[in-house]
Amino acid sequence: MRLLTHNMLSCNIKGVTNGFPLIIEAEKVLEKPVDLNPDFLRNMFHKVEWKALVDAAKSLGYSELPESVDPAMLESPEFLHRFHHALLELHLEEGALVCPETGRKFPVNKGIPNMLLHEDEV
Amino acid sequence: MKLKQLEGLLGDLQQFSNPKIELEQYPTGPHIASRMLYTAENSFGDVSDKVVADFGCGCGTLGIAATLLGAEHVVGIDVDAQSLEVASLNAEELEVQMNFVQCDIKNLQFRGLTIDTVVMNPPFGTRKKGADMVFLSSALKVASQAVYSLHKTSTRDHIKRAALRDFNASTAEVLCELIYDVPQLYKFHKKREVDIAVDLWRFVPKRAQ
Repeated sequence: MRLLTHNMLSCNIKGVTNGFPLIIEAEKVLEKPVDLNPDFLRNMFHKVEWKALVDAAKSLGYSELPESVDPAMLESPEFLHRFHHALLELHLEEGALVCPETGRKFPVNKGIPNMLLHEDEV
Repeated sequence: MKLKQLEGLLGDLQQFSNPKIELEQYPTGPHIASRMLYTAENSFGDVSDKVVADFGCGCGTLGIAATLLGAEHVVGIDVDAQSLEVASLNAEELEVQMNFVQCDIKNLQFRGLTIDTVVMNPPFGTRKKGADMVFLSSALKVASQAVYSLHKTSTRDHIKRAALRDFNASTAEVLCELIYDVPQLYKFHKKREVDIAVDLWRFVPKRAQ
């Protein structure tokens, strides 16, 4: 699972109001190279929750993203490269996503998070 | 990529080995899947360089078609672990990258409007009434550009009314009528193969304007 997917997932338990971002517990991380698309990144920059991405990347062992950003940085090839790597090339393969409000763990196996709810959570 | 080439690649995908009737699991054939995504891309520019979600992705046919047509990021969502496993293998086989999330569409909770386009072949709601409507309403909540979906032609008026009146669509258009050949998958199927008429829809959510 890419961190772009993580950036849109939020805890779906009924009644949870602060279910984003899910905390990552990483057991196995993969890197899968993919072509860099500058226009896509410039568009995504305005849609991603930056802090969530920075923290998620750190939990996968990548701490090259700046904590604070502004759109002018999109002119820098170096910045684009780091953003691209964190957003699209790092994959959480095994581990868990943890709800920040309830502590409920959603397991991730073979890169697929299991967000199925128990009966009393719907 | 040409339409025929896309259809050919999708024709090699593995499909459900033990389909589950309660989930109305029917494979999306390569003919329909290729036309759906090809139209989305070539007539509307809703696929390449976009973030695409495949709702109820099953074995991943529509999502994989999106990646083959140049989608930047594709997420397949399904409630069934076995389907996701097959879908994941299918993506690997074609050497395309696709993400998967195991989730019941009715409990899906996505932040923001990162997803541009939703493509889906939802359950038609023949076993569980209203299942198609759950998919449509969720899709129109998360898509920022467009939703492509298949529904039985016999439900056309109902779909249009619900999309425009209840699910916040600004337009709901039938792009074409297709023939869905349903193979004899389940025991209750009396005939070897049945053709049903389905509509290929394009919905635009209000916020896209």
